[in-house]
Amino acid sequence: MTATVDAPTAELGKARLRKEDAKLLTGQTNWTDNIKLTGMLHLAFLRSPYAHAKITRVDVSGALGQPGVIAAFSGADFAAEQGSLPCAWPVTPDIVIPPHPPMAVDEVRYVGEAVAVVVARDRYAAADALASIDVDYEPLPPVLDIRTALDPGSPKVHEAGNKSYEWVFANGDVDAAFSDAPVVLERTYRQQRLIPCAMEPRAVVAQWVGDEVTLWSATQIPHVLRFALSAFFGIPEQNVRVIAPDVGGGFGSKLQVTAEEVLAVLIGRKIGKPVKWAETRTEGNLTVHHGRDQWQQIKIAAEADGRIRGLSVDLLADMGAYLMLVTPGVPLLGAFMFPAIYKMDAYSFKCTGVFSTKMPTDAYRGAGRPEATFAIERIMDELAAELGIEPLELRERNWIKHEEFPYTTICGLTYDSGNYEAATAKARELFDYDGLRAEQRLRNERGDKVRLGIGISTFTEMCGLAPSRVLGSLSYGAGGWEHAAIRMLPTGKVEVVTGSSAHGQGHETAWSQIVADQLGVPFEDIRVLHGDTQVSPKGMDTYGSRSLAVGGLALVSACDKVVAKAKIIAAAMLEASADDLEFSAGRFSVRGDPEASKTIQEVALATFAAHALPEGVEPSLDSDATYDPDNFSFPHGTHLCATEVDTETGFVHIRSYVAVDDVGVVVNPLIVEGQVHGGIAQGIAQALYEEGVYDEAGNLVTTTLADYLVPSAADLPSYRTERTTTPASNRLGVKGVGEAGTIASTPAVVNAIVDALRPLGVQDVTMPCTPERVWRAIQAAHGQPAQGQPAQGSEQSGGMA
Amino acid sequence: MIPAKFDYVRPSSVGDAVSALAGGGEDAKVIAGGQSLLPLLRLRLAYPELLVDIGGLDELCGVTDDGDHLLIGARTTHYQLVHDPLITEHCGLLAQAAGTVADPAVRHRGTLGGSIAHADPAGDLPAVVLALDATMIATGPAGGREIPAGEFFVDYLTTALAPGEILTGIRVPKLGADWGYRYEKFHRTAQAWAIVGVAALVRRSDGHVAEARVGLTNMGSVPIRAAAVETAAAGAQASPEALREAAAGADEGTQPPADLHGAPDYRRHLARVLTGRALEAAAGV
Amino acid sequence: MTHITVTVDGVKYVDQVEPRLLLVHYLREVIGKTGTPIGCDTSNCGACTVLMDGQSVKSCSVLAVQADGSDVTTIEGLANGELHPVQRAFHEEHALQCGYCTPGMIMATTDLLRDNPHPTEEEIRDGLEGNLCRCTGYENIVRAVKRAAEAGVTQ
Repeated sequence: MTATVDAPTAELGKARLRKEDAKLLTGQTNWTDNIKLTGMLHLAFLRSPYAHAKITRVDVSGALGQPGVIAAFSGADFAAEQGSLPCAWPVTPDIVIPPHPPMAVDEVRYVGEAVAVVVARDRYAAADALASIDVDYEPLPPVLDIRTALDPGSPKVHEAGNKSYEWVFANGDVDAAFSDAPVVLERTYRQQRLIPCAMEPRAVVAQWVGDEVTLWSATQIPHVLRFALSAFFGIPEQNVRVIAPDVGGGFGSKLQVTAEEVLAVLIGRKIGKPVKWAETRTEGNLTVHHGRDQWQQIKIAAEADGRIRGLSVDLLADMGAYLMLVTPGVPLLGAFMFPAIYKMDAYSFKCTGVFSTKMPTDAYRGAGRPEATFAIERIMDELAAELGIEPLELRERNWIKHEEFPYTTICGLTYDSGNYEAATAKARELFDYDGLRAEQRLRNERGDKVRLGIGISTFTEMCGLAPSRVLGSLSYGAGGWEHAAIRMLPTGKVEVVTGSSAHGQGHETAWSQIVADQLGVPFEDIRVLHGDTQVSPKGMDTYGSRSLAVGGLALVSACDKVVAKAKIIAAAMLEASADDLEFSAGRFSVRGDPEASKTIQEVALATFAAHALPEGVEPSLDSDATYDPDNFSFPHGTHLCATEVDTETGFVHIRSYVAVDDVGVVVNPLIVEGQVHGGIAQGIAQALYEEGVYDEAGNLVTTTLADYLVPSAADLPSYRTERTTTPASNRLGVKGVGEAGTIASTPAVVNAIVDALRPLGVQDVTMPCTPERVWRAIQAAHGQPAQGQPAQGSEQSGGMA
Repeated sequence: MIPAKFDYVRPSSVGDAVSALAGGGEDAKVIAGGQSLLPLLRLRLAYPELLVDIGGLDELCGVTDDGDHLLIGARTTHYQLVHDPLITEHCGLLAQAAGTVADPAVRHRGTLGGSIAHADPAGDLPAVVLALDATMIATGPAGGREIPAGEFFVDYLTTALAPGEILTGIRVPKLGADWGYRYEKFHRTAQAWAIVGVAALVRRSDGHVAEARVGLTNMGSVPIRAAAVETAAAGAQASPEALREAAAGADEGTQPPADLHGAPDYRRHLARVLTGRALEAAAGV
Repeated sequence: MTHITVTVDGVKYVDQVEPRLLLVHYLREVIGKTGTPIGCDTSNCGACTVLMDGQSVKSCSVLAVQADGSDVTTIEGLANGELHPVQRAFHEEHALQCGYCTPGMIMATTDLLRDNPHPTEEEIRDGLEGNLCRCTGYENIVRAVKRAAEAGVTQ
């Protein structure tokens, strides 16, 4: 596989310090909650204390007499105008998409659903007045376990029943693959419910002037939000401006059209004053969409030598109470990733989306792919144990070899590039894999109370969302392109407009590097604009590790157009033919006459002056471009994790963690490394710490950060990260990196825990692997050494036990 | 995030504080560092009508040498406990345990008296003062009185302080150099509450344990002394095996809670394991 | 209402405030110091960390009335013309991404280094246990603290 990659130049690959940092380091950041407008009023929402109930009466009148209160509304007050929050991904023709009013009117279906709102002069008064609103509920039975929610006698979340959809995919002869296979393993894995917990809680400000509205929101998707406000809530698109000011992290949680955004717009219109809502963390845990929450049944058929014959996956996915923006599609993003890096003859996938009386789920870092990667990498370890094959060896026997790219997988995806051998070899060496295996054997032989485990994750993912035609074939409601614009200013400086709205990713820096190379202008001379639909009117925003692999390529196209036009103008300035000019490092020169040249800045000034432009050439050096990728990008890598497991208490300590990622050509290694670090941490957090827990009445138990355990520096290890570089087949050779670490690390950690305990008979520990769960897993296995030699600790390979 | 309204006074003497508190009746509360109270106020889990802020009373701050005891002002912060040379010398267990409370910013504000008067059985310091055989000094409308730690913790978040009484100081017996100690805290993340904590003190003599004291965190509605362990350990050999054996009764008489982080049987198991470890560390074996 | 006098970033403010007003709301809403953000309601996240009389505190866990007479330093007052060494170290080690935890993380770091100018990696990690970051996985934050320590922040 050879990729066409533009020649490496000055900026690409440079560890530039970030342009974004200055204001963030000094407290000059413009978070949405910092915005103060004259006359601005504050909103506080009264939320349902019931998981499921009929609303029989709402009386907001008590709030109206309270100090500072301007107005109070119930859902009925919005009934005519509030419509339904959109679901953009009807994955099957017969999918059930229940109405989802931003504020509940007749019935509440999860704890935290908004039932009334107070509008007051300050946030203290708004909070106080909530207690003066009376709501009568008639409790209905909650639906909390999707494994029984489809049983005939189950209470219903919606009248139409608890099933939203069933989506299937199959390729190859699955029956044949399983029917006479020497080994068939079946496992059920639990992807617990996660709460994204971006550090910045959501906040919204809405201001109407005449029939135009400006909405500031801590959102990842200003463009999608503008479209949604117009398409679903009837505000003419040209009258809607959405601004995502500085946004403090998203991880998918701000990829949403939320009730509070819509209601702020509606209330602002009713009141005629700007309104603000700033979420508390407790509200956030209750009502920012949750992630994951699947039950995964996975079945693998293999030959005795470990070669995979087939794979079959049956998912139950908890939708929560409603379908939000991409709720039903999240598990489908994983559908194509269960086969991962492995070759096989047959694959079948089924996902059933089920309603429950919980907060809806939706995209959370990785969205579908971490779930898939977890299940396949876990069962590969189980298969290795079953067959007595060294787990890395088993993977190598099955993975796509580097010389086989491009390779079309059993899912029909064409992986354009990859080199799993190289990444694994590097990881193995950095980790001292053989040394740790030797230590593990010794400790197992001694019967140490603290066992050592080694966890492997040889992952890939599909990102760079996404080719529009593929999204169309999956019934997604929009395209996957991205927009960029370049404006050469008269003084030779450059404004770059991107539709990819960053919230921590460092676009301003990385985009400057790309443009600096393409236009040959200094890094410092470039300013990147984003996050305001009036400044950047077109875009598909930031999620799915798409910004560079899609938005970055749009940038290159836009630069091409500027250079092409500048070349015509330069040719006129040099009295040469444009065909005789070459462009390099920001300078147009006449081939064979290096003295005859003009810099792009000189061309920009001449364009501005417009005194001597060629016939028909307009006086501007601007361009815009959209890029629609023709394929996903497929980052991959090998992550290795060593855990020390205290068998007396169940406590897990991560002793070392090595990540070798291949994200293609790297624009800024500092930013890439940071993304990998943060991704690993979030994946470890799923493995060890985090779970959104509802009690038997449907109350969220983990409403605060005291109960929902986001790990701190003291809880996490240091990571050793390296890269291999297999360029992707796009002009920059870039893939994506935002989600890779999260996708890879969860199975690496859990595999390490199970690997440590397999000699004691443990086959699985449910996530998060809390000390109590680890301890119970050991107790359940009676603490007895498993029969025979632990496969993980031996060098033996091949053959069945 | 926003506390309900309350009235606020900042008295300039303990006497004024006691009067203010007594005048406020049942709906008055004392605030010192506020590190336990403020989260409750913000979540509107507490609705005092009056806060009596003793944060300005410097006489309640600091550690003094009082012969065979240390007298610790109720307002002494966790940070001060960690750094105070008298505490380190005579009562290192308290410094060690105080260093595990929450995080540095909370330790700058949070006070010893506050954690004890709050009487959260999951808090680290109640079990420690219990193991230390400390005495609580209370000042009320009727004057001062002393309450032994063993009688101070009455129920969940409930102490022997009478309405109108303020905890003003803690008297801790000095421990000689022959005492070893260990606060063994087990939690899922660094700033999380203890699932179980064990405060162990061991006096060694000739390779044996002459005396052991063990306080348990989060094993019931109040901090608990592991009496069975103390009895079993006294006179035992100072060896890991013997101390682990003594620790086997650590959960006797406890009624551990059930929550997200541990069911009662797991906590009982942890209490035994951690007590063994704490005793070993305290005995230096 | 209670009368308070607080010095914030070198400027003395005199105000009448409700007793229940949180210091962080005083900073943000009353005197416009929005550099200090709010990340949670249980004192866990540390985003609102400021220095009060030289020591780190979570400004959501202090009442404005309790700050009467104190000297408060926020992220906005840390730099003296150019970046403070801790701010510079965070920049150079790429120890921030979205930047929401950054003010609190930097204030906690300055306090950590005041208390312990040459911390080990473990001491750094323990010292920042009360500050949560969702972006960086803490790796570069730890490196930044080391770098700031090497630069001799306290001098």
